[in-house]
Amino acid sequence: MTASSPEFVPGPKIKEPRIRSGRVRPGAEQWSWRFMRISGPILVVLILTHLFVNLMTGDGISQIDFAFVAGKWAAPLWQWWDFLMLALAMLHGGNGMRLLINDYAHRAWLKKLLHGALGVAVIGIIVLGSLVIWTFDPCPVDADLSLLPSFCEDVR
Amino acid sequence: MTATAESPAVGEVKAMQVTLRILRSKPEGSDEHAPGEQYWQEFQVEAHATDRVLDALHKIKWEQDGSLAFRRSCAHGVCGSDAMRINARNRLACKTLLKDLNPAKPIIVEPIKGLPVEKDLIVDMEPFFASYREIMPFLMTTGSAPTRERLQSPEERQRFDDTTKCIMCAACTTSCPVFWTDGQYFGPQAIVGAHRFIFDSRDEGQWDRLEILNDKAGVWKCRTAFNCTEACPRGIEVTKAISEVKHALTTGEI
Repeated sequence: MTASSPEFVPGPKIKEPRIRSGRVRPGAEQWSWRFMRISGPILVVLILTHLFVNLMTGDGISQIDFAFVAGKWAAPLWQWWDFLMLALAMLHGGNGMRLLINDYAHRAWLKKLLHGALGVAVIGIIVLGSLVIWTFDPCPVDADLSLLPSFCEDVR
Repeated sequence: MTATAESPAVGEVKAMQVTLRILRSKPEGSDEHAPGEQYWQEFQVEAHATDRVLDALHKIKWEQDGSLAFRRSCAHGVCGSDAMRINARNRLACKTLLKDLNPAKPIIVEPIKGLPVEKDLIVDMEPFFASYREIMPFLMTTGSAPTRERLQSPEERQRFDDTTKCIMCAACTTSCPVFWTDGQYFGPQAIVGAHRFIFDSRDEGQWDRLEILNDKAGVWKCRTAFNCTEACPRGIEVTKAISEVKHALTTGEI
């Protein structure tokens, strides 16, 4: 009886064992998982504090207008706070979306298209949002003074 | 308690009518249904509250419709052949009592999800077994074999005791939402199988297995939905085992 006879059907192939020692280098998927685990709790703190400062302190929701935002962004703390919130939220959400696309888009071209659209959206929003935060002018020259924060009177 | 001694009905289990709605399909088709088309069929059986779903399926197959196809071998929750989706949860038909399922309503029986259906409740288990083979489920050692047993302490054995209980019924893997949508994922069972060897003090192939599980389709696809832990008929804490593999990969410690 030889293995080449027509009735011979080989069983499923099992991998050759090869024993290595030492740890495994973290791959892209592992970094993605670590990023989600780290950015998640940071975002919870950032967003809850943001909501508390905006809605619970002072006059609550009725205080939010152009002057309030301009006053906040006059301080570097809140500029950095909002920038971090923007960047982490977009990257965390974008990475989650990427995993969903991997799960549900089975055609290669569709996956590529959706990943591309997602990347453009994430980078675009981060760039536009950062521009607003860092190049923000709290006292536009031709605006009504009553709508602007109080420190604008000294600037004029 | 004198009441029990007087009552003649002690120990008697009342028979009742149970309706089973089964998701069926025939590869050869029939007059009403195309080949492979899935359709619902209802059966009425007389059963006792202490009967299992498997007993009801047997009654249907033996007394009403011999063409009903399902797998079962030992019928006592050991072989893991008869995992199926009963009332939208993966369970073993031989371990599920009718009285636990609200027999007043039709009991819904479907094949397990995510694997190709072959006929009625029988699915093709090959993708599931292929994932298991990938993680090399056998003892890997270096050096010459000892002339006696490879010893380990009770504590060392306890480390992976939970994952040795797996009977490979596929209830966990086919309850995993990631496995349903993405055929690339190893699935919880393969990771449980790897866990059993990774944390075994006698085995030396742990980094080889961890490298396979660090891959794209490995443990990082798990989103801790806990469906697998809920589905496991052996009570294995599957999600915990997957997390232990993740922990070994992130810290480099086993």
